[in-house]
Parts: sequence; structure tokens; C-alpha cells
Amino acid sequence: MEIGKRVAREEDWIQGATGDWEIVLGLEVHAQVTSKAKLFSGASTEFGAEQNTHVSLVDAALPGMLPVINRVCVEQAVKTGLGLKAKINLRSVFDRKNYFYPDLPQGYQISQFKHPIVGEGEIEIDLPEERTEKIGIERLHLEQDAGKSVHDMHPSMSHVDLNRSGVALMEIVSRPDMRSAEEAQAYVRKLRTILRYLGTCDGNMEQGSLRADVNVSVRKPGGELGTRCEIKNVNSIRFIGQAIEHEARRQIEILEEGGKIDQETRLFDPKTGETRSMRSKEEAHDYRYFPDPDLLPLELQQEDVDRIAASLPELPDEKKERLMADYGLSAYDATVLVSDGARADFFEEVAKGRDPKLAVNWVNGDLFAALNREGHSLEASPVSAKQLGELLDLISDNTISGRIAKDVFDSMYKTGRNAIEIVEKEGLRQVTDTGAIEAAIDEVIAANPDKVEQVKTKPKLAGWFVGQVMKATSGKANPQLVNEILAKKIDIPSED
Amino acid sequence: MSVDQNTVRHIARLARIAVRDDELEHLASELNSILDWVEQLGELDTSDVEPMTSAVETTMKMREDDVTVGNMQDEVTRNAPASEDGFFVVPKVVE
Amino acid sequence: MAKNDELIGLSLAEARDKLKAKEITSAELTDAYIAEMEAGRDLNAYVLETAEQAREMAKASDAKLAKGEGGAIEGVPLGIKDLFCTKDVRSTACSHILDGYTPAYESTVTSQLWRDGAVMLGKLNNDEFAMGSSNETSFYGPVTNPWRRNGDDTKLVPGGSSGGSSAAVAAKLCLGATATDTGGSIRQPAAFTGTVGIKPTYGRCSRWGIVAFASSLDQAGPITRDVRDAAIMLKSMAGHDPQDTTSVDRPVPDYEAALGQGVKGLTVGIPKEYRVDGMPEEIDALWSQGIEWLKAAGANIKEVSLPHTKYALPAYYIVAPAEASSNLARYDGVRYGLRVDGKDITEMYENTRAEGFGDEVRRRVLIGTYVLSAGYYDAYYLKAQKVRSLIAHDFRQAFSEVDVLLTPTAPSAAFGIGEKSDDPLSMYLNDVFTVTVNLAGLPGISVPAGLSKEGLPLGLQLIGRGFDEETLFRTAHKLEEAAQFTAAPEAWWRS
Ligand SMILES: [Mg+2]
Ligand SMILES: [Zn+2]
Repeated sequence: MEIGKRVAREEDWIQGATGDWEIVLGLEVHAQVTSKAKLFSGASTEFGAEQNTHVSLVDAALPGMLPVINRVCVEQAVKTGLGLKAKINLRSVFDRKNYFYPDLPQGYQISQFKHPIVGEGEIEIDLPEERTEKIGIERLHLEQDAGKSVHDMHPSMSHVDLNRSGVALMEIVSRPDMRSAEEAQAYVRKLRTILRYLGTCDGNMEQGSLRADVNVSVRKPGGELGTRCEIKNVNSIRFIGQAIEHEARRQIEILEEGGKIDQETRLFDPKTGETRSMRSKEEAHDYRYFPDPDLLPLELQQEDVDRIAASLPELPDEKKERLMADYGLSAYDATVLVSDGARADFFEEVAKGRDPKLAVNWVNGDLFAALNREGHSLEASPVSAKQLGELLDLISDNTISGRIAKDVFDSMYKTGRNAIEIVEKEGLRQVTDTGAIEAAIDEVIAANPDKVEQVKTKPKLAGWFVGQVMKATSGKANPQLVNEILAKKIDIPSED
Repeated sequence: MSVDQNTVRHIARLARIAVRDDELEHLASELNSILDWVEQLGELDTSDVEPMTSAVETTMKMREDDVTVGNMQDEVTRNAPASEDGFFVVPKVVE
Repeated sequence: MAKNDELIGLSLAEARDKLKAKEITSAELTDAYIAEMEAGRDLNAYVLETAEQAREMAKASDAKLAKGEGGAIEGVPLGIKDLFCTKDVRSTACSHILDGYTPAYESTVTSQLWRDGAVMLGKLNNDEFAMGSSNETSFYGPVTNPWRRNGDDTKLVPGGSSGGSSAAVAAKLCLGATATDTGGSIRQPAAFTGTVGIKPTYGRCSRWGIVAFASSLDQAGPITRDVRDAAIMLKSMAGHDPQDTTSVDRPVPDYEAALGQGVKGLTVGIPKEYRVDGMPEEIDALWSQGIEWLKAAGANIKEVSLPHTKYALPAYYIVAPAEASSNLARYDGVRYGLRVDGKDITEMYENTRAEGFGDEVRRRVLIGTYVLSAGYYDAYYLKAQKVRSLIAHDFRQAFSEVDVLLTPTAPSAAFGIGEKSDDPLSMYLNDVFTVTVNLAGLPGISVPAGLSKEGLPLGLQLIGRGFDEETLFRTAHKLEEAAQFTAAPEAWWRS
């Protein structure tokens, strides 16, 4: 089936008073291009500088100033286009989008309207239960960011800072191919992952490097498309979910009461969890687009595109395929790993020459549990891949048990010390001395003659003996040896 | 395509130029006389003609990604009618 | 005064040579021009005099010249059109909306002139944002043409938009002036004042630091007393600028060297469509005279057709206002210039722009806004850009047969101040012969060629292939030799 024709799964339908409804979602994501300087000026893009210090005369639109395009921003857009498996347009045109706003110094935004640098592409999103969906990309174009107006410094005045003015953005426009808040969130996550793999956008939503305009409409499942509303600048994945849920319900309510949806721009208010109309009764926007006469058409050579294509890193979908094939990982484990390129790299370093299943369990399990608990990023992990690998080696060569390894890991995480150092210092080395284990078993048998009797009829009690021996050895006895010796000492019938 | 007074008001609004009601009639007639005159382009069949996109036949040169300017808060704001702490100051903007 | 008269009587080339030969100093030359500038205030050619700065620059030039150093035009005093941003010197494009604007930067073109040693006398008047053909739309008031009709002291316009430049050069208030040309704003004022003005090929001079009117049409160029001076000034002004993506990276030839090459073997095209209805007899006669002069100098003459000529002016009056409406959006009272308060931000914008823009600018911003607005883009702007392609194609066709085109510069001699300012359309018709060149991006030069029967200067225009200013200069030089235009306005403003 054509991607766009898809009808939401029944579990994603929303029940209204008059029946079921389906949400139709398209996203316009603004992604800040990773570059040192701005799209059309040599001012820095660095975040968080003092007001109006990262502003060139061009960014402030002083009289007579002219834009000159940044090569790297163009290459980043091409790279992103290739990463989205999209068509690269060798000729694109910059247009002016004219409107007045104090944080728009030129009185127009330089953008690409009719001829964007990147055409149609596609993203595969990953959903729970190993469901995937393909989402169409309509286009990607380059444009300038605006400055910032600060409204809370004065009761009747706004303060304008142009540091962001002119920073390069990629506007990535999806087709209306998503059918639930969950899909929209998965789309943004996947897009962000791809951008990060490519190194073309840092994906930092708190700093505004990635923001989404969400187009929401509702319809009867599989029916005619409804009128959409655009929710502007939603800046977290959680808010995207909330905004969609609220907006869909709002629209359904209106429609079920016999009303109609006005196509409009809305804002999401994180405080109330609601969307509200943004531009009151203002005249409809008329941006008067026309090609920017200060800039020539942007012509790319196929060789340049090919060169960028050749430099493309392995992308999440390919990486997932490879991890499954090379390491025998489950789709679930592989998906979790590739959601962050650094995590996948970490895994591969740990898994090198080791049991991949053990490695993935430790990376996705214990390590990330600790990182999340402590609020650490992987980059800031106190346990390096090399160190984690050494811990796994100690498990594999029976120096320590898996149980003890958890304690060793906790200690490594807290202190940053190597596993072997902790094992030696704390005397955690597994007891493999059969004499010592025999002695411990004998003691337990001697102290519990009744249990010895019982185990003859209740083989499950064998576990109890193992537990007692482990307790007596502070968990250091090699469980396999304990089992073997125990079996020799007392007669345990087989379970079947 | 004749321009009426409402259209003049609308265009003036788009262009952010205050126009008094008593100027509308005169402006409309001026704009109409210019528009009527440019109407003669309609005599030309341009269906197969590509629009001119640039007066100069050359390809667009690109800059390298280097930070070459900055820290000119004073140069940037020194001509501002109102500024404070290096910010431009404008009447409050409500969204 | 006698010494001063001698000094200001020198052409730019002569002054340059005498400075190099240390026969005169830049200080005395500059002082002579400062005296003229002050004596000529009634002309209203300068909107800002920078005498102090001029004297300092002259002193620095003399120091270099004394050591046998200095640039190509070391010590030469020039006037600068107010459209050029000049560092720490008020630059307003003669608009109220740029009240007091003092840039922290220097336009590329002027910085190249200073690099080559020129001295700045002050900022020259122009039509507000260069929108006009008579210099009557300036916020600082109209400029008066130094020329008068025979036996009539009616004040005449100096042409526009570079009216301050043309008047100052004609009245010898500077040795040469910078100017800009979007639809004829260098060539038409040159024709109205008996001076030489060249609009080079689009992309020849950097637009960086020049207040933008219509980006795809604007070009800087000089207005000077003769062709040689224009060649010298353009050499300094031209050149690639990495800050202007539309400026072209090709070497700047030695234009002066082209002057003596003559026109033998050149084919001069005469576009038949430039013979328009209602063109005064004397302009037609001058044109025929020009043809004869070039023929006599050894050129071949050939009639050519530029069939879309009549559509150039209407196309221009769509493209230029459209681009202007967007270029002038930055004048909003936020970051510089005039601010007129209002109850909210929108009202502040509207009040500022209503008060800051004059009638002609407002008219063009409104027209430009209209032709770009939803539903009209294709009918107007796109259509006009297609017509531009046709016009450019006409020229390409013609230049496959000829080397240079000869036309009148303007359809009339200078007219009286106030005579046409009530009728925008009749004002626009001033640009009928010049505007085609801007639309096609080609170079054009106006050379004074004779006097009207009322005793006013008339100009002939030469149009060349893109980046072939050399052919323009050599042909213009021949025309100049033949015309022997030695008439000069009486210096009535001095008394
Ligand atoms: Mg958008
Ligand atoms: Zn955008």
C-alpha cells in the first residue's frame, strides 16, 4: 500500500461520542545545521553567548549588507538529504519570505520555497513490538533562523537579541504519514538519531537545535482528510505527544458538535498541556516569496554530491541489520543499541572477542540502568567500554560469578577503578578450591540432617543447599562446582 | 486588475506603512495608473520563456565555514533608537 | 581665485599627473574644491561636507606623493553619493528614515577609492533611496542643475537619482563623483549636465555597503568631466568582492589604455526601436550626428532590431519596486534611523515607515508589495522576469552582429524643477533609453554630444557587451573627440 494511504491500527483510534476517529499527522522539523559560522555570515553559531555578540553587520541587516553562503551548511544539507535517502537537487534557489517581526532584522527570511536543495525521501520509524513504518519526506530546505525577543524584562517593552539571527536551519518536511502521537514521537526520535549519526545537527531540543511544527488533523478511519492545524515550535518529544493528544481531542469535540476546524497556527502551552490559537484576527499571512536577488541560484556538481555520499557514515538502519547479522542480536536489542550511535559503538567495543549476548545484556541492562539512575550521558560514563569488557572477561574465565560481577560493577561505577583491582582488593575471587567448597557443604549437611532427608523426595530443595553454601562463602563459591560436589555428597534424584 | 481603496489599505498594512483614509483615493488612482500602464506586458506571449534569474552569468561562490566576525555589540547597536544592555528595545510584542 | 580657477580647471587625469609630478599638492587642490563646495551650496549638491576629513586625507596623500609613493588617484578630491555607506560619516540615502545613520563600515567601492589615494569632499545628494529621475525626492530637497536655458533662470533638475553627483561634477565642486544606476541614474543625470557617466556591467563593481534599491539592477559607476576621467575612476571602483556573491571574479582591465584604440573596424549598431514617438527633433538630429561621427572615424554602421524595447520600462517598474519593497523592509525603526512611536509594535512600524519614507518611495513600496502579493506574483513579477529574458535575448542577438550600440541617453534635455513631479508616469519615461541596459545587466555610457536649442546639454549613449567596457571607452572617446563638447555652465551660483 502507498505510505500515505495507511489507516491507523484500531488500537490507535480515538473513541469519540459519535464513533471512532483517526489522527493524521505531518511534521515540519527545524534542525539547526552543525556549523561554526552562520548560513550567510561569518558570525559564530555558538549557543548561550551574551546578547548581540554573535552578530555580524549582515545579521543585523545594516544598510548595504549582503549575504554570502557557507559551503559547509550546504554540504550538511546534502549529507542529510542523502541520509534520508532523498533526491538531491543540483540546482536550488533561495527565496525571500517577507514579513515584519522585530527578531527578523531584514524584514524577510532567506529560505527556499519553490526549489529546495533536497526533494523526496523516506524514514523508517521503530515502534514497540518490533513494528516499523515508513514515513515519507517531502523536502528539506535551507533557511535562516530568526533572533530572539525577550518579553519579560520590561512591562511594556520587548528586548531583541540577534545572536541566533542567520543561523542555518534545515527545515525537514514529512508527508502526513503518521497516525498516532507515538508514531510522531518515534519519527522525531529516529530523525534525531539520523541527524546525530550524520553529524549534521546536534539534536539538542532544550537548546532549540531541533524543534517541531506539528500538523494535526482528524478524520473518520480511512476517510477524507480533515482540515489541519499547525502547532508551532514544540520543543520536546514529551510535549509533541501531549500537544497531539490535546489537539486531536479538541478537533474531535468541535467536529462532533457539528462545528468546523479553522486552519490556523496554534501554540502548545506546556503549563496547561493545551494548545491555543496563536495569531488572533491578523490578516492572513502573505509572505510575498520571490527569489533573493542578492544570491545566485545554488548549483552543485554531481561529483560533490558523490563525494559527500562516499563519506556518509553507517546509518542506524544499516547498523541494526549488521548487529543482528554479525552478533546474532535480537531486533529489539539491536534497535535499542542503534538508537544512539555512541551506544552501538560502545557495545561493539565491549563485544569484541566476547560473548555478544553477555555484552548486550550488560550494556543495555546494567550500564544504562546506572547511567539513567545517575543522570549520566554515555560519554560521561565512569566505566569505559574497555573496563566493562574486562569485567565480562572475569565472568567468562570464572574469576567471579555473575552475581558478584554486579557488585563489582557498582563499585567500578562509583570509583572508576578497574574490575580486577576491586576483585583482588575486596577478595571477591570466586572460590574454585574444591576442598574449601567440600568443607562448606559438609558443614551445611551436618547442620541440617532433616533437609538431607527431605531432598531425597523433593529435588527442588537442592537449590536451598546451594544457597546456604553461597551464603557461607559470601557468594564467592563457584556455583557450578557447588552443584557438582553437592550431587556427589547427597543423592538427589533427577527432576523428571 | 483594478486596485480599490480596500486593497490599498491591505497592501499598506502588508508593507507596514500607515496610510490615512483621506489618502486612499489618491493612492488608489496613482497605483492604478501605474498598473494599467504595466498591463501592456500582457501583449507578449511568454509561455515558453524562462524568467531571468540573475543579471550575471556566473555560479555562486561559497564562503568557508570560519567565524570571522563577532563581539561587535557596540557597532551593531550603536545606531539603535532604543537599546539597553546590548539589546534592541521595541514596544512589547504579543504572540 | 585665479589660482583656484586654474586648479579646478584641471581634469582628473591632469590633476593626477600634476600631483604625481609634484607640480601641485593635494592640499591646495583640496582647499580649492572645499572653497568651490562652499561657494556652490545654493546648488544643494552636497548633503554633507567633510572638509576637515578632506584636508586630513589630502595631507596624508601629499606625504605619500612627496616620497614618490601613492595610489593611482592619490590626492584626487571626489564627492560620494549618499547611497554609499562611509565609515563614521553620516550615510542616509537621502531618506528621513535613515536619520543620522552613521555606519561603522565603508562600502567596498569607496574603500577602493581611498585605497588608491582619493580624498573625500563630502556626501552628495540623490533621490531618496535612488528612486527618481530628477533628484526631487531627496529628503534634503532638490538639487539645482548648474545649467540654465539660454536667457532664462528657471531652476532645472540635474537628472536623477545621482543628481548631486552630476551637478557637483558639472559645477566643478569635485573632480569626479561616485554614482549608482538602477534604471539610468548615472547616465541620465550625466546627459542632463554635460558630464560623462558610465554604468558598468552588472557584477563589475561590488554592491557591498551601497544602500540597496533593486538588487538585481543596481550598479555603481562614476560621473566625471570626460571619458578619460571615467576610465580612471572606474578602474579603481571595479573589481571582485567576496562579500558580494553577484560581483564577478575577473580581472579589471586598464580602461585608460583602451582610449586611444579608435573605432576602425568596429560595427556600431543603431537600434531602430529607440526612435520613439514624440522624441524631440533635436535629439533625433544629435543621434544622426553621432552616427556620422563614428562613421567618419572608421566604424561600420548597421541598423539592428531590439524588438522588446518598448516593454522594458513597464517590466522595470515591476521588478525594481518589487525588489525595493523587500530591500526596504529593514527600515523598521528597530535597529537604526528614525523611530516614530505607536501603541504597539505594528503601529510603531507603520508610523515610522509612513513618516520616514517620502511619496515616491512609498508609491514604489506599495506597488512592489502589490505585485508580489498572493495571486499576483505570476501575472506581474514572473511575467516581468520573463520579459527581461526576452530583452536580454534581443541584446545577445544584436551583439552577434555588432560590437556596440549607439542611442540617445534621454528623451529630452533637463526640465524645470517641479515640472514633472506630479506625474509619476511621465517622470518614469525619462528612463526609456537607459533602463533596458539595467534589465540585461549590460554596460552603458553617456557622453555629452551637443546642446539643445535652449542651450542645454544632450547626451548620447553607448551600450556594450557584458564586461566589454573597453569597447565602450574607446568608442566614447571617439565620440567625445568628434563632438568637441566644450560648453560649460556659467558659474551663476558663485555670485
Ligand atoms: Mg514551515
Ligand atoms: Zn522554516
